[in-house]
Amino acid sequence: MTEARLMQGNEACAEGAIAAGVSFFGGYPITPSTEIAEGMAKMLPAIGGKFVQMEDEIASMGVVLGASLAGKKALTASSGPGISLKQELIGYAACAEIPVVIVNVQRVGPSTGQPTAPSQGDVMQARWGTHGDHPMIALSPWSVREAYDAAVMAVNYSERFRTPVILLMDEIIGHLREKVVLPEAKDIKIYPRRKPACSRAEGYQPYTPDKDLVPNVANFGEGYHIHVTGLIHDETGFPVGSPKITEEAIDRLHQKIEIARDEITHTEEYFMDDAEYAVIAFGGTARTAYEAVKNARAKGQKVGMVRLMTIWPFADKIVKALAAKVKGILVAELNYGQLVHEVERAVAGKCDVQLCAKYNMEIFEPQEIESGIDKLCAGGKD
Amino acid sequence: MERSYEKYFRQNRLPHLWCPGCGNGIAMKAIVQAIEKKGLSQDNTVIVSGIGCSSRASGYMDFDTLHTAHGRAIPFATGIKLANPELNVIVITGDGDCTAIGGNHFIHGCRRNIDLTVVLFNNNIYGMTGGQASPMTPLGKKATTAPYGSIDRTFDAARLAEAAGATYVARSTAYHVQHLTDMIVQGLDNQGFSFIEAMVQCPTAYGRKNKMGSAAAMMKDMQESAVMKAAWDKLAADKKENKFPIGVLYKEDGLDYATAYEAVIETAGGKNK
Repeated sequence: MTEARLMQGNEACAEGAIAAGVSFFGGYPITPSTEIAEGMAKMLPAIGGKFVQMEDEIASMGVVLGASLAGKKALTASSGPGISLKQELIGYAACAEIPVVIVNVQRVGPSTGQPTAPSQGDVMQARWGTHGDHPMIALSPWSVREAYDAAVMAVNYSERFRTPVILLMDEIIGHLREKVVLPEAKDIKIYPRRKPACSRAEGYQPYTPDKDLVPNVANFGEGYHIHVTGLIHDETGFPVGSPKITEEAIDRLHQKIEIARDEITHTEEYFMDDAEYAVIAFGGTARTAYEAVKNARAKGQKVGMVRLMTIWPFADKIVKALAAKVKGILVAELNYGQLVHEVERAVAGKCDVQLCAKYNMEIFEPQEIESGIDKLCAGGKD
Repeated sequence: MERSYEKYFRQNRLPHLWCPGCGNGIAMKAIVQAIEKKGLSQDNTVIVSGIGCSSRASGYMDFDTLHTAHGRAIPFATGIKLANPELNVIVITGDGDCTAIGGNHFIHGCRRNIDLTVVLFNNNIYGMTGGQASPMTPLGKKATTAPYGSIDRTFDAARLAEAAGATYVARSTAYHVQHLTDMIVQGLDNQGFSFIEAMVQCPTAYGRKNKMGSAAAMMKDMQESAVMKAAWDKLAADKKENKFPIGVLYKEDGLDYATAYEAVIETAGGKNK
């Protein structure tokens, strides 16, 4: 056991990333994510890693992709306005299959919004922010300790699937300080950089998929003379203007995540054994929802909670199964209503779905979610 | 007979997609000849490009090559160099790629003095998209987006690089091919941000629109307009109209970024790896 520490969510995120093997950070200052950059600026050189503050958010994204191609595990962090700018190269990472983790400590938008009040308004941006068809993995921690674990997990997934992973924090968790006991280094599982299975002479092609549909792309400087591009390409890495190759390439990008979907969909259930109603929540809001559900139970309401730690890919199976079990679901989210659409899609009319939304700069009070639960239990009537 | 520089090309990716008469091939060849002269290892050299006609060069060159997004070659290259300073990193970019959409990255790459050799193929136009005006389209010249002649003042990318902190700045042309190669060799020699503007003719998108004649005629124009730096410095102001200097335009000593970062690691108590 390591010693208990008082830690901030952003700090835990930075330390978790380093524990997972990150040795390169590129970023640009923006509240409420700046502590991650500041932490990296201090910690990385002390372990022989590199930190660079770039001229803008686009460059921050470019520099980490370059570092990743050169063999380093790389991280960048920002908040809404910066994440909007990073979208161009998040798509590049998806297309060229470059491992990278992007932390988004969400704040109120749109635009400059309300700096830097808490929000969960970037749920759909995380999924669809960059243009074109692409898969996405996004994880949303609900505690400081989980910010650490989620950072480790995000780095591992980015390496395993060679894909960008968004660590979808919110200001609540980013700036929360709580007592944590971190895992010991020996207990942290690290997914290493994938290695080419054969040499150039043996006919190595950088984008030939392995059994898990993920290619073993060589790092620059290892003698493989690979070509990397954001154009749709075949197994050689070179662009091909063919409908067949285009379809296959986009299929594989999706399928490599899809076949591992169950394994990467992390959810938790609370008070669900005999529950007739459920609250779905994630990130900082799940903490308030947990309190609300506890209070509702004390009042005799048969309600439980399902917390989504993996936001993308969406927990379709779990929500479908939930819909078959309960009479109604309340989605509590700190936005105008985003994840609720995914819940409605998965539920497909099998039970009642209601939204408990808040978007006024403030976090939920438990009573607000309790009122939502009351309404849900009354079949949608106040 | 195989020419000595042919090994630097991916023969199976040729012929290239550039138009007949395009100067990009000359500039690309000058780069590999500079690489050959310097004896750089193909395993240890990375070519990074942006988007546009010039940036297709990376695909033809037999190294680790990276065709990035429009304007973003320098940030990617910065990441590669800083992550692994052992690699030689060469950036190929164009006038639109480098000075318009990538302008901020260009300035800050110069400022950091990161050890990159950046070769800008300046064809004075957006060629890939069919001939729109770039920040380096000369005043008064026509483009599809400047049908009455451009009124936008032109960037002098070399002066911009110097002002922003690049430690080696040079210019040459597709006509002066030996000189261009030498300018790139000296850029590779410099441990820091090296910027070489390679003037290249675009007879298809730029030349035709401005009635500049054949590729050969455009190269003759370069020959007549280019003045070696030493002669340029002595030239009377009224004689400089429609002419431009070529050669090493600026050079200074300066600590490159990756080396400077080694000291940061030292101070932080880390070990350089």
